[in-house]
Order: sequence, then C-alpha cells, then structure tokens
Amino acid sequence: MPVNPFRDDFPILNREVKPGLKLVYLDSAATSQKPVSVILAMDDYYRTTNANVHRGIHTLAEEATQAYENARVKVQKFIGANSSREVIFTRNTTEAINLVAYTWGRKYLAAGDVVVLTEMEHHANLIPWQLLATEKDIRLEFIPVTDEGLLDLQVYRSLLEMRPKLVSFTHMSNVLGTINPAKEIITLAHQAGALALVDAAQSVPHFPVSVKDLDADFLAFSAHKMCGPTGIGALYGKERILSEMPPFMGGGEMIRKVSLRSFTPNELPYKFEAGTPAIAEGIGFGAAIDYLNTIGMQNVAKVEEDLIAYAIEQVKQIPSLSVLGPSANKKGGVLSMVTEIAHPHDIAQILNDHGVAVRAGHHCAMPLHTRFNIPASTRASFYLYNTREEIDLLVEALKHVVQIFS
Amino acid sequence: MDDLYREIIIERYKSPLYKGELDPHDITFEDENPLCGDHIRIDLRVNDQGIIKEAAFSGHGCAISQASADLLVESIIGKKLEEVKNLSKQDILDLLGIEMGPVRLKCALLSLKVLKAGVYGLGEASDELVE
Repeated sequence: MPVNPFRDDFPILNREVKPGLKLVYLDSAATSQKPVSVILAMDDYYRTTNANVHRGIHTLAEEATQAYENARVKVQKFIGANSSREVIFTRNTTEAINLVAYTWGRKYLAAGDVVVLTEMEHHANLIPWQLLATEKDIRLEFIPVTDEGLLDLQVYRSLLEMRPKLVSFTHMSNVLGTINPAKEIITLAHQAGALALVDAAQSVPHFPVSVKDLDADFLAFSAHKMCGPTGIGALYGKERILSEMPPFMGGGEMIRKVSLRSFTPNELPYKFEAGTPAIAEGIGFGAAIDYLNTIGMQNVAKVEEDLIAYAIEQVKQIPSLSVLGPSANKKGGVLSMVTEIAHPHDIAQILNDHGVAVRAGHHCAMPLHTRFNIPASTRASFYLYNTREEIDLLVEALKHVVQIFS
Repeated sequence: MDDLYREIIIERYKSPLYKGELDPHDITFEDENPLCGDHIRIDLRVNDQGIIKEAAFSGHGCAISQASADLLVESIIGKKLEEVKNLSKQDILDLLGIEMGPVRLKCALLSLKVLKAGVYGLGEASDELVE
C-alpha cells in the first residue's frame, strides 16, 4: 500500500488527539484541513504586504490589491468562468446563495412565481428561499429524493411545467454523497425558461467543475472546504445577469460615486462587495487553488473514488450498520451511516476516543433526514489526504461501538 | 476511555425503567436540544403535600440524554417539588457518575432543564435552570 503523497503537506495530520492517539480526520465535508502552502501564503501576507485593497497609492496597498485580485483570477480559471468580473467574493456558500436570493430574487420574483429546490438541500440552499417566500409570496417546489438517494428527475420534469423562474440545487449532497446530474438539470431548466443556481460547496472541492460546461447561471462554493481558509467563498454569476442585479450590501467599495442622498454602484464584481474584504483569506483561497492545481482535480477525485468504494465495502461487513445514499459509483467521498442500536452522538463520541473525527447530527439537512425517517446520522467524509488505513481504523472503532451497544 | 459509557448508562439507555407517559398528569413539560434534536418530555403526578408520587419520561436521543432522564426521574419519586427546584448540574453528574465536556453536558442536562421548567411552571426551559 503506497503512502499517500499528500499527507505531508498538511501539518495538522501529524497531531495526536490525546497522547499516543493519532488523529484520523474524516470530517472534510464540514471543513477541510489546510496545506502548509496556504498557511504560509496568509502568514507571508501579514508579515510583508498587509494593507487595505483597491484604494491606496502606496506600495503595500498596490501589492495587496494585486495579490487579492490574482486570487480572483485563479478562482475564475479554476471553475472555467469567462471573466474575473463574474467572480464575486463572499464569506461562504451560504452568503453567496443569500446574495442571489436577496438581490436577484427581490428584483425578479413576484407573488406566485415558482422556485424549484430539492429535498436534499442543506439549509444554506433552503432558508434563503423560505425567507423570500415569506416576503414575496413565491412558491417553493421540491424535487423528491428516491429511496436510493437520487433526485427523481421524472417529477422534476413535471415541476418544470409550472414554468419556474429558478432551479436551485446541490451538485453533491453533503449527507448522501449523491452527485447530481447537474448538466442535465440545468439544460432542462433552461428549456423551461428558468435560471439555474448550483450549490457547489461539496463539488468544486472534490472533482473538476466547469461553469461553462454546465452552463450554470450561478454557482456558489466556499474556500474552507477546498484547502483554503474560512471566511471566504465565491459566487459565480453570468456577467449579463449580474450586471442587471441590484447591489447586495451598501458601503465602501461597492460604489462609484456618492452624494448625500444617492450613489452610483461600482462595476462588477465590486458592486457586490461592500466594505473591506477578507484580504488574507482571499490570498489563502488563491494559494489553495494553486495547491489543488498542482495535484489536478482528476487526481483528487480518483483518491476519493477509491476511498469511498473501499469504505462502503468495509462498513457493509459490520452487522446492524447501514449506509445512506446510492452506490459508490454515484457518489462522492461521503459516508453517512445509521444504526438502530446507537445514537449518532454516542457513535461519534466513541469514535473520538479512537482518534477518529466524524460528524454526528443532521448536518444542516434536517428535511433530508426527515425524508428517510431518521433523526440524525453519523458521517465520515474523505479528502485527498485520507488513506485506506484510516478507513480500517474507522471500521475498528465502529466495531467497538457495536460491541458496546449490543 | 469508555468511562462515558459505564454499564449503568448503556443499561438504562437500552432498557429504561421509567420510560412512558402519565395520563392524566399534574405537571408535564417537553423540550429539545436544537443542536442535536434530542427530545425529552417529563410527566409528574403530585399529591396534596407537593410530593411527587409518580414520574415518567419520554422522547428520543443519545445514550447520555436518555439514561440521565431515566436516572433523574427515578431519583425524584418521593421527593417534594421544592426539593426538585434545588437540583443542580452536579446532582446529574453524580447520578451518571461521569465527567464530560461541554457538548455532552448539554445532552446530560436536558432532562433536568425540562423537569425544572415544568416544576416552576415556566413557558420555556433555559440554560440558567441547570447552572
């Protein structure tokens, strides 16, 4: 078994949870660990370059602006966008989706208009639309999830007959791991006259995603799930659509001209970026993309494909444990488990005693858990730095859980 | 390492002694831990002297929350409501016989919160009740 060549890039993976107990980090769907290059890029920025961006004349301000804007170009190329004007920096996926709901939604949606979501959304792609539904009396419709854990595209087609204005869906479920057929969903949405928003929080970090290939109108994701820092994410939007949208928050940076009673908004993408941004985090985001590019997203995906197939095979051998979601070839590196005998909190607690870090709960997707009639689940999620050996440790720990509770 | 899962906790989780609902009851209250969805309801029957004659809990959640509810309910039968008002976090920890971090403490204390909110006749169970 070859040693994973990427592990050494992540200093945290060497730590012990308790003396003598090695960390087995299987919670990357919540947030990924950071390679040393990302940590150093942010450290270096604060040591050598720190200044506010887009306004200063001095050298530091120029260098900071250049580094921050370079990061935007890196994001643009990473997702295959036409122009860096189409990349808006936000705090995270949640803020990116809220931005669309708040500005596009308020301008273009009226009482009775339909927005199509899915039953497998996490709360970030559900609550913004619920808030808008309360305010504007729009209708929310949901593509159901089949027992296998896939979207029911038959029902989707019939929902499209209601002529929705927007279809907003997750590219990959953070609970089931299901990778949805985004291109097909978007093509069908466009044929019905709807725009399409892709919640790419779990997809962009794990396999190649091209907005051009998908023809997505909006696409949202976070840096911290893809080796970057927290506090920064991106909203991609087609320039033609973004330029017609009203601003989001008001303040410095998003304006061109201001008088006491009025303002002219700035050009894209600054129109949507009020106030001093997360500069170091933006630079860290860029460094994370550099890191992933040196490995290649195809290779990242390959590591995870191997891990999820192996994990499902191993976990299936533990009696009384079942895995949520479709078979390995239809999902990414997310393994959510349930058992009759133990509550997910207790499982996660015992796993932690083995050094294994997993997530327990509803993973910010309560309606999906309701759909499968379970209060919560235990989720192990993988990234490029994980190994089969770590899955063996997970399986050992799970066997211990079964032993304690049966 | 299995301190948290002492035999008594696993036992009471798997076969609780006081699980159920009392109908009719004199006092009832229910609440949940919004973080994890653990849910506890406690029903009491109280006599004229304010003594708890019967008690039961219902709900769902992790081993810690369910075992602590079962042990708590057991411990209050025969006690006066006034005594219940004085129960504290430490009493629960003594019942369970374990130490735990802040996250699991919320699981352990949910039943006490629910009980005290019910006994005080409060509309909601706040964390202050179990500090």
